[in-house]
Amino acid sequence: MITYKQKFDSLSSGALIPFFVIGDPDLDTSFEIVKTAIDAGADVLELGIPFSDPIADGPTIQKADIRALDSGVTPAKALEFIKRVTEYKDIPIGLLVYYNLIYQYGIEKFMLDFAAAGGNSVLIADLCIDDVDEVKAAIEAAGLETVHMVTPNTSDERLESIVEKTSGFVYTVAVLGVTGSRDEVSDLVNPLIKRLKAATKTPVCVGFGISKPQHAVDVLDAGADGVIVGSRLVKIIEENLDDKEKMIAEISTALKGFRDAIDNR
Amino acid sequence: MKHTGRYGDFGGYYVPEVLIPALEEIEKAFYHFKDDAVFKEELESLRADYLGRETPLYFAKRFSEYVGYKVYLKREDLVHGGAHKGNNTLGQGLLAKYMGKTKLIAETGAGQHGLATSMIGALFDFDTKIFMGSVDVARQSVNVHKMKLCGASVVPVSAGSGTLKDAINDALRYWCSNLSDTFYLFGTAAGPHPFPEIVRYFQTVIGIEARKQILVKENRLPDMIVACVGGGSNAIGLFSGFLEDESVKIVGVEAGGKGIDTTHHCATLTKGRVGVFHGAKGYLLQDEVGQVFESESISAGLDYPGVGPEHSYLKASGRAEYVPANDEEVLDAFEILIKTEGIIPALESSHALAYLISMRGKLDPNTVVVANLSGRGDKDVGIVEEHRPLK
Repeated sequence: MITYKQKFDSLSSGALIPFFVIGDPDLDTSFEIVKTAIDAGADVLELGIPFSDPIADGPTIQKADIRALDSGVTPAKALEFIKRVTEYKDIPIGLLVYYNLIYQYGIEKFMLDFAAAGGNSVLIADLCIDDVDEVKAAIEAAGLETVHMVTPNTSDERLESIVEKTSGFVYTVAVLGVTGSRDEVSDLVNPLIKRLKAATKTPVCVGFGISKPQHAVDVLDAGADGVIVGSRLVKIIEENLDDKEKMIAEISTALKGFRDAIDNR
Repeated sequence: MKHTGRYGDFGGYYVPEVLIPALEEIEKAFYHFKDDAVFKEELESLRADYLGRETPLYFAKRFSEYVGYKVYLKREDLVHGGAHKGNNTLGQGLLAKYMGKTKLIAETGAGQHGLATSMIGALFDFDTKIFMGSVDVARQSVNVHKMKLCGASVVPVSAGSGTLKDAINDALRYWCSNLSDTFYLFGTAAGPHPFPEIVRYFQTVIGIEARKQILVKENRLPDMIVACVGGGSNAIGLFSGFLEDESVKIVGVEAGGKGIDTTHHCATLTKGRVGVFHGAKGYLLQDEVGQVFESESISAGLDYPGVGPEHSYLKASGRAEYVPANDEEVLDAFEILIKTEGIIPALESSHALAYLISMRGKLDPNTVVVANLSGRGDKDVGIVEEHRPLK
């Protein structure tokens, strides 16, 4: 299984990290989408398990959660899905999940099963750094890497503590707010990248509102090591629910657009 | 954060990183101003002259005769706005003002907390935005109208089930994007720390007054205190005055809806499992894998799949007992209180009364019970009419 470090060390340009909700709009289509993303040049995958009350997500991802839940996705099915993906290609997979789903599954068992499926890290959207000890032992026992979020309003003291506990990459939130496409990259992100770069050697990847290839170029130029593209892609799923071929073709085109922009910058 | 916000293992602040600075700011301001002489004086003055406190502790003589033991009602239905909600919105609104915030946001289910927030928004000249499920907007049009009259804007939330939990989700999301000038005035003693503690602090006036009043009227502590529990703010307000009095039995009454063996109820403490939801660890109505259920009850004010963390703690520690009352028992209680006392209780408060009626003839006649009449029922007359048309 490839680690984040091996992957980031192997890259000559920035990391392209698409985000999808597992099972959106259904498990089979979702698998086709993820394969397409890998073939279009994804370096790392960020995948979400759908939750009934995703408070850190905007309307686009919330609708994806609802579609995936309606198609019957459970945490156990999501783990099987991850196994299928890693069998298709050895690619680092970060999970983005809400705490209650892991809590109910059993924290230790979840981390072990996720590691066995070939996953790399579990980012719990509603478990902040102050409480990570609740999952630390289970993560270590499963041999997983760690990814934590930093936001533009995170204090220096908290930022220090977060990067110290992060081994995979720092999930750098570009905005004060929730996930969703935006016209411009927030002017809060460059100062945050600078703060992080001064504080850690761990790769810094930027997400929330990376909607256009130019956004990716801008944050990579500012020193980031990768970009996470979510709502922009999930919106394509939403807009093409009745034409899956077009859905998959447009996702491929969009990701290749990001890939080219990143590689040619 | 300076404090962990834990009640035993329950509570905490399970929120995305982006909200931590906002919660820290509120926590800091709360601990500062709650002991600030100017703040305290203004709060006391407005409690008396604006909310109409203290509220009476009323010996309900004919209702007592009906149940066969002595029942005192803490008359929170007489608080300005018609429910205990005003205790919290006045306190938090004042805190927001002292913090220099200019905008208030709040979630609401039935509209009672939205209205109580809009009222305070007008009083202190805040720009007020109320998030309300689109289903609730449609079925609570009178309260929506009242909020707008107070100058608030009402944001219908259609995502998810279009009810209270979705309104909270959207209010949290909006808050993430508008932290600098906006105060989130949380409506119940649930959610992430420091909200449960703040709401408890401003509602504890109920229990402090009731304890003092019953000692005057009966010259002893009550044998039992009873309140309805949704998120649990009126209940924790009453209970907090008596937690140290070990002889006082504490009973919280949840909404049993159409029955706790159906999926149509919100008896979180009776039927839920411990989980993490809306920022806190506590009992929760959820499916096997942890997806949160829609709750259902005749009283929208109790319609919440979670519950405040201190109630989870009081249940786990055995200090309080939590029981359900179903819709039919609640409608009976609503009618019986009106017929015996000429008081129209909120359907929420009628859950506490339903428990009292379930104990009819089972207690010694000298038993003294204090029940929280948390709100008035004018808002519910139409709902009762639908279920039980007058002949």
